[in-house]
Amino acid sequence: MNSMLSIKDLRASIEDKEILKGITLEVKEGEVHAIMGPNGSGKSTLASLVAGKELADVTGGSITYLGKNLFDLNPEERSKAGIFLGFQYPTEIPGVTMVNFLKTALNEHRKHKGLEPLSAKDFLKLLREKKDMVEIDSKLTNRSVNAGFSGGEKKKNEIFQMAMLEPKLAILDETDSGLDIDALKIVANGVNKLKRKDNATIIITHYQRLLDYIIPDYVHVLFDGRIVKSGGKELALKLEEKGYEWIRNQVNGN
Amino acid sequence: MQNKMVVSDIEREFIDLYKENRSMFEAKTSAPVNEVRKSGIRDFERLGIPGKKDENYKNTPLQPIFRNGYRKYIEQKMVEFNLANVFQCDIPTLDTHMVLLVNGFFDKKNGDFLKELPSGIIIGSLAAASHEYPELFEKHYGKYASHKDGLVALNSAFAQDGIFLYVPEGSVYKKPIQIVNLVMAKEDIMVQHRNLIIVEKNAEAGVIICDHAMTPYKFLTNSVTEIYTAENAFFDYVRVQNEHNNGVQFSHIFVNQEANSNMTSNIMTLHGGVVRNNVNVLLNGEGAENNSYGLYLVDRKQHVDNYIYIDHAKPNCISNQLYKGVLDDSATGAFNGRILVRKDSQKTHAFQANNNILLTDNAKINTKPQLEIYADDVKCSHGATVGQLDGEALFYMRSRGIPEKEARLIMMFAFAHEIIGNVKTEALLNRINDLVDKRLKGELSPCDNCAMKCY
Ligand SMILES: Nc1ncnc2c1ncn2[C@@H]1O[C@H](COP(=O)(O)OP(=O)(O)OP(=O)(O)O)[C@@H](O)[C@H]1O
Ligand SMILES: [Mg+2]
Repeated sequence: MNSMLSIKDLRASIEDKEILKGITLEVKEGEVHAIMGPNGSGKSTLASLVAGKELADVTGGSITYLGKNLFDLNPEERSKAGIFLGFQYPTEIPGVTMVNFLKTALNEHRKHKGLEPLSAKDFLKLLREKKDMVEIDSKLTNRSVNAGFSGGEKKKNEIFQMAMLEPKLAILDETDSGLDIDALKIVANGVNKLKRKDNATIIITHYQRLLDYIIPDYVHVLFDGRIVKSGGKELALKLEEKGYEWIRNQVNGN
Repeated sequence: MQNKMVVSDIEREFIDLYKENRSMFEAKTSAPVNEVRKSGIRDFERLGIPGKKDENYKNTPLQPIFRNGYRKYIEQKMVEFNLANVFQCDIPTLDTHMVLLVNGFFDKKNGDFLKELPSGIIIGSLAAASHEYPELFEKHYGKYASHKDGLVALNSAFAQDGIFLYVPEGSVYKKPIQIVNLVMAKEDIMVQHRNLIIVEKNAEAGVIICDHAMTPYKFLTNSVTEIYTAENAFFDYVRVQNEHNNGVQFSHIFVNQEANSNMTSNIMTLHGGVVRNNVNVLLNGEGAENNSYGLYLVDRKQHVDNYIYIDHAKPNCISNQLYKGVLDDSATGAFNGRILVRKDSQKTHAFQANNNILLTDNAKINTKPQLEIYADDVKCSHGATVGQLDGEALFYMRSRGIPEKEARLIMMFAFAHEIIGNVKTEALLNRINDLVDKRLKGELSPCDNCAMKCY
C-alpha cells in the first residue's frame, strides 16, 4: 500500500504552550484509523494542522501527504489535493447559501483537475444524489451555511460536503457527537459508501459505538499531546470499558 | 441657530455670485421657487458653510473642500456627447423611463422638458415644472427642506433646475423611473440641482438614481431632493452613487410622509471621493412606514458620511434604518443615525443598525446612534458593529477548496446582500448585484462609464 499521510515527530504550541509533543502517525491508502483520547489532549489541534489552520505554531517535525510537504500548501490547496476535515464545530456563515458555497467549492476542485465547471443541471443532480445518500433535509441546502442548523444537522452537513467533494483523506473530528442513533448509522453508512481502495479515513471519536459501524484498522490513543498507544479495534473496546485511567497510569509509569 | 459674524472669502464669493446673477436665476424658475431662493440666501448669509465646530459635520470637514475653488456651474452649456457611446449605466434588461441631468440641468437629449407617462405621471425639468404647475410648487417646494444646514440654504439660493416627478392620486406605475445624474466638464465645477418628488394619495412609484462623473476633473455636487408621500402612497427610492475619487457629493434628501404611506430608500455608494448623504424623514401621519437602507463600499482615501434623521412626529409609525459598509485601504466613514420620538408618538417602532467591516488597520469608521425618546410606549432598538471578516468562516471555506480571495469576496458579498436584497425590482436587483460584485472584485473602475478611460 502507498503511504498517504506521514506525520513525523510533530510538535506544535499555542501561545507558547506545547500542545502536540511529538506525534508520529502513518496512514496508508485504504486504511481507517481511529484516534481517541481525553478532552484537551490535542486531537482537534492535530486535525486542524493537517487541514492547514494557522492556530498552533509548528515547532518541529513534518507532515507529508502523498509525498508532498504539507506545510507548502495553503488550506485551499490541501482541500483540492484531497484532504477533507469534518469540523468538530462547523462554522456558521450567515448570508452564504449552501448551494452557492458547494457550487463554488466543487468548481474549484474541478478547475484544479482541469475539468469544466458543472452545468446548473448537473450540479443540481449531483446535489440531489448526495443529499439522498446522507439523508439530509432537502431544505437545508437553500439555507445559509450551517446558520441555525441543529447540532446534528451540522454534523450531517459535514458528511454531505464530504460526499460532494469525494476526498482522498477524510478526517472526521467527532462527527458522531450529537447525532441520534439513526443519524449515526447514516453518517457511518456515508463514510463506508465513500470508502475506496485508494482513500483513507481518520476518525476522531470518544465513543466506540461509531466504530461498530466503521471498522477501524488501527486505534490510537492521543494523550497529552502524544500517541501513547496504538492497536486494533479491540483497543477501542478496552477504552470504552476501562476509561483512560489505566493509560494515565501507564504513561506515568505506575 | 447662532448668528454667524464672520463671513469667509468662500462664503462671500457665493453671496456676490448670487447678487450678480439673481435676475437670471429668477427668470429661470417661477415665484414659489424664487421665494424660497430669497430665504435661502438670507439663511446662507447667516449660517455659512458648516464649520469645524458644527457637530453634524464633525466627521466631514467642508472648508478644505470648498477651498478647492470650483467654478460654479450656474449657466447651462450644451455639452456634446453621444449618449449611447459615452454612457452605459442603463440597465439593459430593465424597462425604465430614463431622464437625464447633465451638470445639474435637465438635458433634453433624452426627452422633453416635461413628459406625461401612462397613468398621468409627470416627469421632467424642475424649472419647466415650476412654471407649468405653480400651485404644486406653492404647496410643496421648500416646505420640507429645512434651512438649518447652510448647505441646504445655499442650494435653495442657487437652485435653477433638477428633476420634477409627480405621481397623481391613485396612479400606480410599476416601471421604475431612472434618473441619471451626470457631471462632465473639462474643468473643476460645482453643481447644485434641486429635485421635487410628489407622490399623491394611493399612488405608487419608484425611482432609480445613478450618479456618475464622466470626466476626470474635480466635481462638487450639492443637491437637495424633497419627497412628499401623501396618505397611503408607496414610494421606492434607489440610488447608486458611482462617481470617482475626485468627486464630492453632498446630497440632502428631505422626506415628508403622510399617514399610512410607505417609503423605502436604498442608497448604495460604490465610488466617490467624499460623499455625504443626509436623509431627513418626517413621519407626519399615523401608520407611516419608512425604511432607510444604505451600503457603502469604499477604498483608497475615499470618505463616506451618512447622516440619517427620522422624526417620529406622529404615533403608530414604523422606521427601520440599516446601513452597512465595507472599508478598505485608508478609507474613512461615518454613520450618524438619529431617531426622535416626540411626546405623543406612542406605539412607535423604530429600529436602527449600522454594521461595518474594516479590511485594514488604516480604515476607520465613526458610528453614532442618537436616540431621543419622549414617548413612553415605544419599541426602539439600535446597534452598531465594527469588525473584520470572520476568520473562522474564511478558514471553513478555504478548507473546502475556495481560494482565500474568493472566500473574502463571498463573505463581503453576503454582508452587502442584506442591503441589496431590499431592492424590489428584479432586473435592477440583478444589475446592482452585478455592480457590487464587480466593485468588490475591484473590476468596476470609476471610469467604467467614461469614454476617456483615463484612470
Ligand atoms: N485557541 C486556543 N487558545 C488557547 N488554547 C487552545 C486553543 N485551542 C486549543 N487550545 C488548547 O489546546 C489543547 C488541545 O485542544 P484540542 O481542541 O486539540 O483538544 P481535543 O483533544 O480535540 O479535545 P476534545 O476532545 O475536547 O475535543 C487544549 O488544552 C486547549 O485548551
Ligand atoms: Mg476536539
